[in-house]
Amino acid sequence: MPSPQIDIHHVAKLARLALTEEEAAHYQQQLTRILGHIDQLSSYTLDAEPSAHAMPIFDVIRPDQDRPGFEQNEALSNAPRRAMDQFQIPKVIE
Amino acid sequence: MPKYILTIGLEVHAQLTTRSKMFCGCPVEFGAEPNTLTCPTCLGLPGALPVLNEGAIEKTILTGMMLGCTTPPVVKWDRKNYFYPDMPKNYQITQFDLPLCLGGGVPLYDLAYPKDAQKTIANPGKVVKLTRIHLEEDVAKSTHHDKFTTIDFNRAGTPLMEIVSDPDIDSAEEAVAYLNSLRQILIYGGVSDADMEKGQMRADVNISVRPEGQKELGVKIELKNINSMSAIRRAIKAETERQIDVLEGRNPEKLVQSTRRWDDDAGVTTKMRDKEDSHDYRYFPDPDLIPLRTESLVTRIRPLVPELPHEKRARFESDYGCSAYDADVLASEKELAAYYEAAVAVNTQVPAKKLANWVINDLLGLLKDTEGGINACPVKPEALSELVAVVEAGKISNNQAKEVFAEMFANGGSASNIIKAKGFEQVSDTGALEAIVDQIIASNPEKVAEVKGGNEKAMNWFTGQAMKASQGKANPKIVTEIVRKKVLG
Repeated sequence: MPSPQIDIHHVAKLARLALTEEEAAHYQQQLTRILGHIDQLSSYTLDAEPSAHAMPIFDVIRPDQDRPGFEQNEALSNAPRRAMDQFQIPKVIE
Repeated sequence: MPKYILTIGLEVHAQLTTRSKMFCGCPVEFGAEPNTLTCPTCLGLPGALPVLNEGAIEKTILTGMMLGCTTPPVVKWDRKNYFYPDMPKNYQITQFDLPLCLGGGVPLYDLAYPKDAQKTIANPGKVVKLTRIHLEEDVAKSTHHDKFTTIDFNRAGTPLMEIVSDPDIDSAEEAVAYLNSLRQILIYGGVSDADMEKGQMRADVNISVRPEGQKELGVKIELKNINSMSAIRRAIKAETERQIDVLEGRNPEKLVQSTRRWDDDAGVTTKMRDKEDSHDYRYFPDPDLIPLRTESLVTRIRPLVPELPHEKRARFESDYGCSAYDADVLASEKELAAYYEAAVAVNTQVPAKKLANWVINDLLGLLKDTEGGINACPVKPEALSELVAVVEAGKISNNQAKEVFAEMFANGGSASNIIKAKGFEQVSDTGALEAIVDQIIASNPEKVAEVKGGNEKAMNWFTGQAMKASQGKANPKIVTEIVRKKVLG
């Protein structure tokens, strides 16, 4: 199996991380080792159902009932800026 | 010039009618003051944990059942990672590989097509195949101002059902029919109010064009920002033309997989971004949420599946003798169908088909300009049934009945009271009518001779005279009978 390569710059961009070249090289090495580990796991044939969670727990749900949450002021208390009772942020152009 | 094949797939987001949000107990409300329906979970504060809303899950499974989907035995929720200010956690909780519903289809109803396209339906009775339905959280609402953007988190975390179709739609008209039919079904099931103008139902359109003869689909381009049924049709037409222009070299752009925005005022689509590959979202199972086994939910919800519009339509045709068109109109709205059935049930002697005519031709016409629709209708089913019974018995004429109906609609009241008040009660007393007819015969021997000579029109003259003599109160059916009997002897 060819050793997997990770595109560290692409991953850093997706995660909004500004890495120096040294950091990039460092993480590249570490993450490549992790991928190698996953490849090693994939090489085993396991007689088990794929699981969706680390623990065998299911069905934690709540009835559809509403309850009051934050007051408006409380909700906005961490906002760096406010305008019109809303969180104000730099203009977003989509 | 080669012909082109248009292929469309739709992703429809529908807001569910739940009391609380998807992962927290904040109320779901439309039009509340900004940022008054939030808590640590839907604001994405550190340490807050999500818990699944049972009501939202039930409504999604019910939707799947109405559309013939299957529900996998175990479902789970995943994180879709991307950065946008309307999503405070920097990931959206959604379902990746184990959604609540798989497969299924949406039947396209004739009246769901745009009005001008109903006469030329290319594939009558078509069922558009579905890929899946999954349940996720909605994002916050951003408002873009001149110099900045503001965010209201009231909508953040409200339950949102995404219904994904196969690329199985062949025209803009079919896309409209798909949305209208789907909307009817969602409303029938009480799962969503599905009003596009209020943003309760939103559609993204995947659209590709390929020359006839080419097997593989053309480049897929996604259209966003479409807010109404009529805009969907315009957007698809404009984007189809643009893609054909590119394929034929009239437009120097290239077709690349991308997302475009529809500008309804300008009537053009403009590029928003190249489509990120699916793996760029780095989906992974949300460790804060526990997988769900669906078997007991499925057993519990199965009996809640309502009679669907097309089933109701078929029953109206077979049980009530409605025409296909009438049945389609009556079944298009759950409340209207209920009103009609209530009127039919009042008195089984009243022909159901006649009631259908009154509802469609008279009631719907007046309701068009009334707030609140059929639920606020001032004419109760009992009153309509009574009126139609009176007309059918020949006690008042059709024109008089319309007048009575208009009065009932304007001021309420029962048919019999209004008929009395207006003096519309017809004289059906044969003795009184015979006397009138005898009188006319005696004083018009020349007309009697005409009738005997074979002039049918002269017969109508007698009926007219008798009606006049009774000041319009005579029952025309009975008068005609008496005239025929007496004159022809």
